[in-house]
Amino acid sequence: MNKPLKQHLIDPEICIRCYTCEMTCPVGAIVHDDSNVVVDAAKCDFCMDCIPVCPTGSIDEWRVVNTPYSLDEQFSWSDLPAQEDIGASTGLEALDDAMEALLAEAHQGAGGKSRAPASASKPTVNLYTLGKPATARVQGNYRLTSAESGSDVRHIILDFGGQPMPVLEGQSIGIIPPGTDADGKPHLPRLYSVSSPRDGERPNYNNLSLTVKREENGLCSNHVCDLAIGDEVQVTGPFGATFLMPQDPEARLLLVCTGTGSAPFRGFTMRRQRAAMAGADMVMFFGARTPDSLPYFGPLNKVPDRVLKKHLVFSRIPGAPKEYVQDRMMVEQETIAEMLADPRTHIFICGLRGMEQGVELAFRNIAESTGLPWETTRDAMRDDGRYHVETY
Amino acid sequence: MIDLINVSYDTQIPNNVGLSSDKRVLKALEKWHPGYINWWNDLIPQNFQKSLVYLRTAVSVDPKGWAKFDYVKMPEYRWGVLLAPQVEDRRIPCGEHAGEPAWQEVPGEYRSLMRRLIVIQGDTEPASVEQQRFLGLTAPSLYDLRNLFQVNVEEGRHLWAMVYLLHKYFGADGREEADDLLRRQSGSEEAPRMLGAFNEETPDWLSFFMFTYFTDRDGKMQLEALAQSGFDPLSRTCRFMLTEEAHHMFVGETGVGRTIERTCEAMKAAGIDDPYDIEKIRALGVIDLPTIQKKLNLHYTLSLDLFGQEVSTNAANAFNAGIKGRYMEHRLTDDHKLTNDTYPVWDFVDGKLVRHEVPALTAINMRLRDDYSRDAAGGVGRWNKIIEKSGVQFELKLPHEAFHRQIGVFAGKTFAPDGTLLSGADYDARAADWLPTRADGDFIQSLMKPVTEPGQYASWINPPKVGIDNKPGDFEYVKLYMA
Repeated sequence: MNKPLKQHLIDPEICIRCYTCEMTCPVGAIVHDDSNVVVDAAKCDFCMDCIPVCPTGSIDEWRVVNTPYSLDEQFSWSDLPAQEDIGASTGLEALDDAMEALLAEAHQGAGGKSRAPASASKPTVNLYTLGKPATARVQGNYRLTSAESGSDVRHIILDFGGQPMPVLEGQSIGIIPPGTDADGKPHLPRLYSVSSPRDGERPNYNNLSLTVKREENGLCSNHVCDLAIGDEVQVTGPFGATFLMPQDPEARLLLVCTGTGSAPFRGFTMRRQRAAMAGADMVMFFGARTPDSLPYFGPLNKVPDRVLKKHLVFSRIPGAPKEYVQDRMMVEQETIAEMLADPRTHIFICGLRGMEQGVELAFRNIAESTGLPWETTRDAMRDDGRYHVETY
Repeated sequence: MIDLINVSYDTQIPNNVGLSSDKRVLKALEKWHPGYINWWNDLIPQNFQKSLVYLRTAVSVDPKGWAKFDYVKMPEYRWGVLLAPQVEDRRIPCGEHAGEPAWQEVPGEYRSLMRRLIVIQGDTEPASVEQQRFLGLTAPSLYDLRNLFQVNVEEGRHLWAMVYLLHKYFGADGREEADDLLRRQSGSEEAPRMLGAFNEETPDWLSFFMFTYFTDRDGKMQLEALAQSGFDPLSRTCRFMLTEEAHHMFVGETGVGRTIERTCEAMKAAGIDDPYDIEKIRALGVIDLPTIQKKLNLHYTLSLDLFGQEVSTNAANAFNAGIKGRYMEHRLTDDHKLTNDTYPVWDFVDGKLVRHEVPALTAINMRLRDDYSRDAAGGVGRWNKIIEKSGVQFELKLPHEAFHRQIGVFAGKTFAPDGTLLSGADYDARAADWLPTRADGDFIQSLMKPVTEPGQYASWINPPKVGIDNKPGDFEYVKLYMA
């Protein structure tokens, strides 16, 4: 059997047949008859040139299929068929297989197929690819951790100039390390979560920020951490279509992270602050070894509790017992139990893979102490777009 | 090197034509600029000028860069001069010069013909903004208000596009013509706009949607024809304008569609099956389908007049000279010269309408009008699908081209919408069934109450299925200035 394929489609109910996409397509993949404008799956190479030029929004539709819909099938439609359940992942987190695989691996801790929150904004994915990357310019590179902490975490600001880079909080971008691999091919992009909100690190300056930890011998992390202001970086993405922030101001967010896993939550927090969402409720459990190795320790402490209740947890404070996020979660189990029972609650877990087990165990203990079977609760929340894991 | 893709902001006028190194044209445009700003400022009510509108602005003519969305105060919108990228080794696509390299300068022999085409196109752009100037006061939602302003600022930019060509390629004559584009006023007694349809006020939002659907579609067809010009700067200008024009088509088609959808839903909810039960339907605060048909009849036929005479030597000359092509000229497979071809045009013989063959060269207008009618019919079909889906028994139709015409072979005769020739008296007796009456206008006007709450819509229109720039339903598309 063939591998499932992502097919680009146009919603005939929304399309006004202006043919602007057809004129724009550089490979002639878009054609029309007297009824519909359609995309030839055999020709479309996902260059995305047609997406911004569409005046209606009908063009940004994707389905995962075993056999692509033929042109004749598409010509006969009066509305778009729903995504068929073909067993494979149909989240469309990315259009290219390599990035999709990376994200699938990052999200597997959710225990099943992830879904975006019902009120999340519609994400754009794969606007830029390895073949056609965007070029960003470095606007800032600041060390977030102290020199003594032994952990070099950087706040990197990238400016995209005139190139649109529509990212949502929770999405990632790819950075292409310079040079080539042993086979002389360009390196595959490495994924980094965006740590700024959708309107940019500075609103309306078309920039974004990343939170990157220098890894020993890390090809890309060293490249990124060593960037100087004015340097150019090749960027792909955006990627990710499930680990997204709910737009509903009533949604309650329970955020659990370690280290650079805080990146998307910085975006969430800034989004809620900038949008001045009334009644917003966010609780965060954030673990690090010491305060001086916790990214954004200073700014985070300035975020008022009415926006974000913070539990900063440290495992290496001299003279103090080791405390991990799951330990603090147990201390706060009443709060968490109450949130677990609330259908407005969305859980997001982000950080190193090693944290998953302990955090999930804490959730299990808390849920089951109130009589909620954990797996069922988690699966129901996940299917409802309210349970998200991204670990690496 | 001049960057011909990204928009340069190094002069007051954003552009991708290297204005900063073209001092003569830059100076001319800078001189014209204050007059333009004055025109804009006098036009749109002040509180809207101060409001923040979620508009798209082109930051590059590359497909990825021409739709950047942000809140902008309209007088600060970056109107500029944007040409589609130059195609290497482009050739003149039609007429006696077909196959020769495209002109980068205006050939002397075609100077006045070309200037006239540019001036006529340029004149329609500010005219439509003038026609629509008061609509903002009765917008059915912030979403629609935003769409109106997007159309307005882009029509303004299209004026800039034509004025640039006049300044750049037509010397003193061009400058004078550019000034006149700001001097003429839609509906003015002394200095009206050049084309009839652009001197009628756009009194209400249904008229606006019909106008953008039918009349802007004429503009689109004219731009399509000019995009095929052998004069490369004109072609490149029009190609870029077409990408913007698509949004105007969108506003028209979805505006009428949402109106129809609302009417059908309201009828169903009230248990009304007869679309002609007009009184009862109007009492629901929606516009009955027969009235929508009448508006369609009016706007379609006014727009057909914009194509001029069916048989025209001017059009033949423009085609033969290679300065105006046919719709999709580059996809047609004939010799692009039409020396021996014929085309069927309408005529009136012995009291009967017939189509007969004339030299294709002289039938360029007729051909473009046929292409237009085909294009316009598509959307009408999609409106009918909305009606069909709702279960209401009614079908909208484009009237016969002979109906209600002031220009061309049908002018001066009275035809029914089905193409039957009627006596003047018979026509007058039925006219109120076919064209909107004053009472119809008054009723539509009575529904035109502004709605300024984000996510809320007036009684007579449905919300859109998809927001602009994928925005959610309650997005505040216009942050209204509150004095």
